Amino acid sequence: MSLQLIDVNKVFPNGGSPNHVLKGINLKVAKGELLCILGHSGCGKTTLLNIIAGFLGQTSGRVLMDGNEVTHIGTDRIMMFQEAALFPWLNVIDNIEFGLKVQGMKKAERRKKTLALIDMVNLKGSESFYVHQLSGGMKQRVALARALALDSEILLMDEPFAALDAFTKDKLRQELLRIWKACQKTILLVTHDVEEAILLADRIIIIASQPGVISREIHISVARDKRQESDQLKKLALSIKEEFCIVVDEREAVS
Amino acid sequence: MSSTKERPYLDKDLLTKIFFYMGLIILWQLIYYLCVDILQIWKFYSFPSPVKVVHSFIYIVQDHTMGVALYVSLKRIIIGYGLAIVLGVVTGALLTRIKLVAQPLRGLFLGLQTLPNISWLPFAILWFGLSEGSILFVIVIGSLLSIALGVDSGIRNINPLYIQAGKNMGATGLELYTNIIIPAALPTIIAGMKQGWSFAWRGLIAGEMLAASTGLGQVLMTGRELADINQITVIMIVIIIIGVTVNNYIFGRIENKVLSVRGLL
Repeated sequence: MSLQLIDVNKVFPNGGSPNHVLKGINLKVAKGELLCILGHSGCGKTTLLNIIAGFLGQTSGRVLMDGNEVTHIGTDRIMMFQEAALFPWLNVIDNIEFGLKVQGMKKAERRKKTLALIDMVNLKGSESFYVHQLSGGMKQRVALARALALDSEILLMDEPFAALDAFTKDKLRQELLRIWKACQKTILLVTHDVEEAILLADRIIIIASQPGVISREIHISVARDKRQESDQLKKLALSIKEEFCIVVDEREAVS
Repeated sequence: MSSTKERPYLDKDLLTKIFFYMGLIILWQLIYYLCVDILQIWKFYSFPSPVKVVHSFIYIVQDHTMGVALYVSLKRIIIGYGLAIVLGVVTGALLTRIKLVAQPLRGLFLGLQTLPNISWLPFAILWFGLSEGSILFVIVIGSLLSIALGVDSGIRNINPLYIQAGKNMGATGLELYTNIIIPAALPTIIAGMKQGWSFAWRGLIAGEMLAASTGLGQVLMTGRELADINQITVIMIVIIIIGVTVNNYIFGRIENKVLSVRGLL
């Protein structure tokens, strides 16, 4: 299953001065690819994810899955939200099972599947906890398990680790990679963290802001376990950060 | 271990309550004794005494006045409040769907809510006569608005991410309501129902005082006609006890459960 975006534009009316959030986005994502979408906050990267998920309509352009146009929200593209949008009235197991229950899967079958997922995201022993009893990291584990439960083709992740402390962040990134390899999913991960993108991605696209265009595309071929030590990638991180700063400086100079 | 540690606190709470009410009753009896029996500044028919209230209670229990009144009143409140819940939930849910007139309707409902339910009785009597219908109308009209406004604001204030996530996982239409919208709005819905209950209970008693031939409110009025201040006091105490019991033990428990699951307590 491949995802393709053709000349996608998004304009918010914003009274008299229309806001061109995304401009001419062309993008092809291969099956099983881990793509990171990097950009400043407010650059339109979350909007892009929302358009792919079907939460938001594009102003013009097309979004295709295996050549078929997507226009609606669908279970083939599951979103994992920035702040865990877990249901606070359900416990861990019922949250993860929610999608399966809605799909009409039999109780015994979905329980089996859910328990396997709980095992996968290392949540054993927390099955009956309610959301408010969980730490930030645990919440994101539940959100990941819930997103994985439906076996969607594509997993959309909107800054999933942004609110976590450094240790938990590190741990969850490693776990995401493990799960990604095991499940063979296509993942689109939005982030503003340069190191995170370099650590995780097969490919990074950088979105500049106002208007939001793809300003740079980077393939990363260094093996993931060698990325933290790679001088080449350290230089890359630096160059991306400099680029970000220049953009910010220019914008400040204009205003 | 922990239960033996917690116990004394519970008992202390309960003991304080018992002593408080015992003290209150003794004080009441003393005032009666002083002002009615000794100084004779008040007449015995214008001030109740705890002893006579107990006698009156036993008397109206034995001649079945209490049983009949309780049966009739509870039946009315169950039907009336039940009806108010059904109509209120539907009205509230509709209110969130009809965008065009929802805003002025909300204002109208809030305005009507400031009207004590008993002011609807003249309308009710013209429409339904001096019948059960009138009393049910007064109960329903008061609590329906609170319930509808609770449902409405509960649904409107749901975190939109819950709905997006639900739709993303394939929930549509009615499923979205039963699995996400109602549970997400439940704390506010229950608060509206609780307020609706107190309006319903007041509406019932007021309606019965003016337009019924049986029920707690009617027995209260009989007490006035017989100038039996002790009977009046008995009924007032019963009204308080039922109101508080439903409020604390039914709504209190439901609310407690709903809020503690969500970590809001």
